[in-house]
Order: sequence, then C-alpha cells, then structure tokens
Amino acid sequence: MTEIPKEEMLLKCPSTCAGCGSLLALRYILKAAGKDTVLVIPACCNSVIQGVYPYMLHTVPVYNIAFAAAAACASGMSEALRAKGEKTNVIVYAGDGGTADIGIQALSGALERGEDFLYICYDNEAYGNTGMQRSGATPLGAITTTTPNGKTVNKKDLDRIVEAHNLPYQATACSSYPADIYNKVKKALSIPGPKFIHILAPCPPGWRIPSEKTVEIGKMAVKSGIWVLWEKEYDKFTVSAPSRAAMKRPVPVGEYLKAQGRFRKVDEKTAAVIQANVDKNLKKIALEAAQSEETE
Amino acid sequence: MSRMPKMTISVPHEGGAGLTGSWRTFRPVVDRETCNHCGICAMFCPDAVIDPDTLEIDLVYCKGCGICSNECPKKCIKMVREEH
Ligand SMILES: Cc1ncc(C[n+]2csc(CCOP(=O)(O)OP(=O)(O)O)c2C)c(N)n1
Ligand code: SF4
Ligand code: SF4
Ligand code: SF4
Ligand SMILES: [Mg+2]
Repeated sequence: MTEIPKEEMLLKCPSTCAGCGSLLALRYILKAAGKDTVLVIPACCNSVIQGVYPYMLHTVPVYNIAFAAAAACASGMSEALRAKGEKTNVIVYAGDGGTADIGIQALSGALERGEDFLYICYDNEAYGNTGMQRSGATPLGAITTTTPNGKTVNKKDLDRIVEAHNLPYQATACSSYPADIYNKVKKALSIPGPKFIHILAPCPPGWRIPSEKTVEIGKMAVKSGIWVLWEKEYDKFTVSAPSRAAMKRPVPVGEYLKAQGRFRKVDEKTAAVIQANVDKNLKKIALEAAQSEETE
Repeated sequence: MSRMPKMTISVPHEGGAGLTGSWRTFRPVVDRETCNHCGICAMFCPDAVIDPDTLEIDLVYCKGCGICSNECPKKCIKMVREEH
C-alpha cells in the first residue's frame, strides 16, 4: 500500500458543519486524485461549502453545475480533455439526492456511453443542504423533515442500479475508513472508462448524532453490515477487509439504530424488518463474492 | 458595451469561508504526556486542522467537533468549554 500524502488539497476550512463525514471523505479523495484533477459538483452541501466569492478552499478547479447535469457536464469535460490529449482526472462529487434521484438519468447515460470519468456519490441519506428532506437513499425508519414519523419504504439500491451498467470499476466506501477511500480512488483513477464509488458519509445534524460521533457511527454501520464495503473490478467482486471481518460476526443493527436520533421512532417491528433486510443483503454479497472467486 | 465576465470564478484563499474556529463551543486540549503520536486524531479531523507532524491544533479554524477526542486511542484529548 502506498503512503497517503501529507499535503492537503483543501485550504482551511470549508464551511461544512462541525464533524461532517462528506468533508472527511473529500480530503482523502483529493489526496488520491492529486493536482491534475477537476471536480464537478452539482447542487448539494459540497457546492455551498467551497468558500465565499471571490474565494474558494479547493486547490483544484471546481465546476458547479445544475443538479441533473453533473454526469453530462463531466462527460463533455472528459471528452474535451482527452481530445486535447490531457489525462486530467474528472471527478463528480455529488450527494445522494443528486445521484439516486435527480441526476440518475444523466449518470446512466454517461455510464452507458463509457465516458472516462469517476463519479463519487457521498451519501448522507437525505437532502442535507436544504434541511434534510427524504431522498431515495434515506433508509427505512429514518426521520427527515418530510418523513416526520420515519420513512416507510426502503432505501433505493443505487449500487445494484449502477452495477447493471457493467462498469470497469465500482466500489462502496465509508468516511470512517480513509485509507480504504484513498486506495479505491487511486485504483479507480488508474482504470480508463466510467467508474463509480458510493461513500456513506454520516451527517451530525441530519442523523441527529453528536458531532464527535461521525467516525464511530460510520464504523458501526460497517460492523453491523447495514453498509458493506466492497469493490468490483470488471467481473471480479471483492468484499473489502473491514466488511470481511464484520460479516463473520455482524453486530446487531439495533445498536446502530439506537445510536441515532433519526431512528428514534423505529418500533420493534420495523427494527426486525431492517435486521432482516441486512441479513438478506449480506447473504447476497457473500454469494456474489464466492461466485466471483470460483470463476477466477 | 461593458465587459462582464462570462462566469463567476473564485480563487483559492485560506480563510475563504471565514475563521471557522469562531464556531467552537468546546476546545480540544491534548495531554502531551499521554499522547503517543499515533496520528489518529490528525487522520480523522474532517477539517485537517491538526498538523500531522507536530500534532498542533490550529484553533483559528478548529470547529470543535470533538472527533479527535472521541477517536484518540489514549483518550488524551479533552474537550473543554470555551469561555466567550
Ligand atoms: C433543480 C433544483 N432543485 C432543487 C434545488 C435545491 N437544492 C439544493 S441542494 C439540495 C439538496 C441536495 O441533496 P443531496 O444531493 O443529497 O446533497 P446534500 O445536500 O445532502 O449534500 C436541494 C434540494 C436546486 N438547487 N436545484
Ligand atoms: S448537513 Fe451534513 S453533509 Fe451537509 S455539511 Fe452538514 S454535516 Fe456535512
Ligand atoms: S475538534 Fe474537530 S475540528 Fe477540532 S481538531 Fe478535533 S477533529 Fe479537528
Ligand atoms: S490520537 Fe491521541 S495519542 Fe494519537 S496522536 Fe492524537 S492525541 Fe496523540
Ligand atoms: Mg444528501
């Protein structure tokens, strides 16, 4: 494993809330990507935290673009750069609302066309920037301002939608595992064509957790198996080390739910459904990993 | 005809979103005697205000989130209330 560079690519300090998981993730994404990078950011927390005009904190160019257009913008940018013979990394950094709901059409189109760029969705499981409305990525049972009694339907399975596009590289990650993010971004950027990384990014105000718990809660998500770290390079599917350890003996998901104010209205019945969903997904993932090993 | 820029363009500048240390209600205080220089606090600080070599915390920008204190394996960072 290569050493993570000490140099920071973000100046002090973006105006994310104290303890923001999406900023922690971005720190390591940019360390992996390096200076020859352009970020494309649709409307989301990460578009408003960049600094106040005429200043910004990001030391790489950032193109702020309308919600539905991020993947289309990145496509054009990548095509233009490649036509000029330039290798510059084009990275979309978008929220879950901007990805699973509003930007999904442009994303699907760009993935299908085989554009050479990396799309990263940081998932705080709601429309954070506008005050925490539910998104397609909000999990079952979570309170948001538009689901005051807890969301009644499941989180959209964004990763399996993306997987259906058969990408050269796809992965999941979590802001509590910075070295894993760094390695996955490095690997993604070494592969030509469309790449996708989905990062769980705990959000103190949205998840109703104390700001010091961001890293701890992200680790609980992985240890309970409600969030699984994996990567897929062409057809080779691998469960990442922290999840491999967690899958041997997952912590009951109830502990993860109880630690967050957004789940305080989850009753026993819903908690059992959430646990059953986790168990089912872990079985699917174990099967996919085993099948991938067999075909090696 | 006036020459309006076609796009609004910002330039990188430290402090470009203000001095975020003013948000703080609790300040991290490190017990240097107990600290073993593992660097975990600096790794997890979302705002990168802990110097990875000296482990000095930049209080002009530290937002006081408390992640460093929560993650320190030696439990040697105390969060102390600011007296404003
Ligand atoms: C077309 C359009 N609709 C609505 C908005 C208002 N808006 C700005 S950011 C945002 C929330 C985005 O949520 P998400 O993509 O999950 O990112 P987060 O804010 O959670 O980081 C919304 C609804 C907008 N800017 N443009
Ligand atoms: S609302 Fe959540 S995601 Fe947005 S800046 Fe605050 S902590 Fe980060
Ligand atoms: S309190 Fe938060 S912002 Fe301040 S040094 Fe610790 S982790 Fe960084
Ligand atoms: S995490 Fe704790 S022990 Fe490790 S360097 Fe920071 S203060 Fe010292
Ligand atoms: Mg969001």
